[in-house]
Amino acid sequence: MTELPRSYADRDAVARSFDLFGFLSRYGTVIALVLLVAFNLAFTRNFATMQTLNVNLTQVCTIVVVAVGMTLVIATGGIDLSVGSLMAISGALAPMIFLGKILPIGSIYLSVAAAMIMSVLVAGLLGLFNGWLVARFRIQPIVATLVLFIAGRGIAQVMTNGNLQTFRVPEFQWIGLARPLDIPAQVIIMAVIVAAAAWVLKKTLFGRCVLAVGGNERASELAGIAVSRIKLAVYGISGLCAGLAGLIVIAINSSSDANLVGLGMELDAIAAVAVGGTLLSGGKATIVGTLLGALTIQLVRYTLLANGVPDAAALVVKAGIIALAVWLQQQHRG
Amino acid sequence: MTRPPDGPSPLLLDMRDIQKRFAGIPALVDASLSVRSGEVHALIGQNGAGKSTLIKVLTGYHRKDAGQVLFEGKPFEVHSPHQAQVNGISTIYQEINLVPLRSVTENICLGREKRRYGLLDWNAMHAEAERLLSRFSIGIDVRRPLGEFNTATQQMVAIARAIGFSARLVIMDEPTSSLDEREVGALFSVIRQLKAEGVSLIFVSHKLDELYEVCDQVTIMRDGRTVRSAAMEEIGKLELVAAMLGRDVAAVEGHATAFGERDRSRIGHMMFSARGLRAGQAVRDVSFNLRRGEIAGFAGLLGAGRTETARLVFGADRANAGEMTMEGAAYNPQSPADGIVAGMGFCTEDRKSEGIVPEMTVAENLTLALLPKISRNGVLDEQRQREVVERFIRELGIKCSGPHQKVRELSGGNQQKVLLARWLAMNPKLLILDEPTRGIDVGAKGEIQRLIRGLADQGLGVLMISSELEEIIEGADRIFVLRDGVSVTELQAADANEEKVLTAMAHGASASSEAAA
Repeated sequence: MTELPRSYADRDAVARSFDLFGFLSRYGTVIALVLLVAFNLAFTRNFATMQTLNVNLTQVCTIVVVAVGMTLVIATGGIDLSVGSLMAISGALAPMIFLGKILPIGSIYLSVAAAMIMSVLVAGLLGLFNGWLVARFRIQPIVATLVLFIAGRGIAQVMTNGNLQTFRVPEFQWIGLARPLDIPAQVIIMAVIVAAAAWVLKKTLFGRCVLAVGGNERASELAGIAVSRIKLAVYGISGLCAGLAGLIVIAINSSSDANLVGLGMELDAIAAVAVGGTLLSGGKATIVGTLLGALTIQLVRYTLLANGVPDAAALVVKAGIIALAVWLQQQHRG
Repeated sequence: MTRPPDGPSPLLLDMRDIQKRFAGIPALVDASLSVRSGEVHALIGQNGAGKSTLIKVLTGYHRKDAGQVLFEGKPFEVHSPHQAQVNGISTIYQEINLVPLRSVTENICLGREKRRYGLLDWNAMHAEAERLLSRFSIGIDVRRPLGEFNTATQQMVAIARAIGFSARLVIMDEPTSSLDEREVGALFSVIRQLKAEGVSLIFVSHKLDELYEVCDQVTIMRDGRTVRSAAMEEIGKLELVAAMLGRDVAAVEGHATAFGERDRSRIGHMMFSARGLRAGQAVRDVSFNLRRGEIAGFAGLLGAGRTETARLVFGADRANAGEMTMEGAAYNPQSPADGIVAGMGFCTEDRKSEGIVPEMTVAENLTLALLPKISRNGVLDEQRQREVVERFIRELGIKCSGPHQKVRELSGGNQQKVLLARWLAMNPKLLILDEPTRGIDVGAKGEIQRLIRGLADQGLGVLMISSELEEIIEGADRIFVLRDGVSVTELQAADANEEKVLTAMAHGASASSEAAA
């Protein structure tokens, strides 16, 4: 009933003494990344090569692209479990279009363009559906997005009759295989998306509204912010990101398997966001942190594999890192 | 369980000199409460008076720092509400804290299930539930989920559950706030029946008429102290309200606020009017109006519908009936955005949960409503943001280390100034201030009062809600008194005094004033 302000003197004293947890939660991801690189330089053979860099970057790309959308969703205090399934849908739809299974388009360039736009848009629309459930019906985000988490992969399998679609279409596969200036195309895509999202979050009206909704929804509503529209938008963006990531995955593989595309992606993306320092309860988010978080998780896995630790054990370490990151957040907040 | 034939019944509960501090802040200074067997005892006080804390000390939710509790003549010390329940003290909260998806029986027997051969004995439990409910002439299918029944029935189930623990003392915290008139009647007959059976009740409510209808005795709290305890028939409504607010019914000399004298000739044309506003149970018939440059005050007890009315005006909630006009045009807001477009601002009473965004900076909080106006094509204009923020930090004297300090690190008074600045930056025509000086220190309070006064002098229309009587009487040009969701009286500042306002709060319309149109 009574508010309990802690005395200012107490708080100042805490602030003046070195805030270890605050420091770690702010720079922990960077420190971890630096330590990992240093360790690898010392112990992993052939680490300092372009090839290692490319392998790690190409592997992390899809996670980062999805995690950027996830960061915006989490910034509003939500979560999106459907991203992996949306990747599968977009990954199933695109080949059906550019292989002419739905309707024949004469020019391969036209049909590839149609395939890419359509499949990303469909994923975006499904994302809007998530947002609609969350904003209009006030369904908890974890439940609302569970709908498409379950149904989405089923839809992808029905679309393809559960068949593997294989293809060799360079006009499409540049998105996962081309290397302009010796940089993988998907790395460039990732960089552009990260930069754009970081700018939007920091510098635009929309970004400010996203953080305000996550920070205090009722206050935002009273300040005239269209809370429902903001929520619709972030889930829509998350869907678009997932759709794009689905295309990258099938381009790399030269095939699309609705069972496998994007499997477990929702957890990888959430992990990257959490390790990156975004508050899982909303209101505080960092896109660059998400990038660093994804890189850290990737590098841990690479380090363990390169040094002969089996993948199963690497998963346990990954889980440990996530737990540590979230714990640090809690310490800082309490 | 039976009353002695003559003389007062024995004391069932005796709480003496209870003290309780939270992190050094006193919540209970010197609280006492004595309840006799078979007595319905009203416990009343303003928000923050310490009623809930006192009850939570009794039920073991909080531990007291000092004082003595005797129950049935013996020292009583429990450490959890469950333990209190087992020992004969049951509490029924405003929100029914039962499990809606489980059956009525499960809810009634939760925590004291009957077993047979180590298994749950459902037949015995259903029978028990039916027996308890039949005492209140309620015959419902106890096998159905609780959530299928209406609020009143659920409340009866909660009471039946309390009695099932063979409660000697039942505490009801605002039990009637979600009930309609008929349901309240049913609840009161249950209360009378419990009383006849020798069970004592503590009844917390803000509805004075209800207290007079059902209670025998009343204890009034204020600022963590018990200020008065009396038989219900010995104390008048006016006296009751005065004691709650800490007023002498006789007038108070001098000025208690920083509003100062006003030149009322500067009050302009009629700007806003509302007629017959109605929404749910909280707002039943409210009419008022406001001129340019005028400060209109809403006075009323807790639950009178002041905040609810303000939210309707701003568009935060929607009215079921009634009409509003703003600057001569019909006004029917569907969302706060509509209120903002019409030139309104709304400073909430609940700074923490619907005012500030704690993780954001002073600058970000200050410009929250202004965002569309300081961005071009969706991109924030940081130069303009800085100008606005620096101007308001300077003009309002917001004490912070700079625009980028987190707003949660500021004192209550400075947070309130940030919220005021959020709306002043919009250059509004009508500003709604809900308890603008609650929970802030005296210095900041005076500053905010002077600020409000200055804004009105510049032509801003202010609708001010305050539970502090002197703030309303000295600050407002006209006072609208609300009582149980109805605007009962309009008083001009010139002939308003504490007695008139208190009378209207307690009794409704008084003979000396005209009813609000």
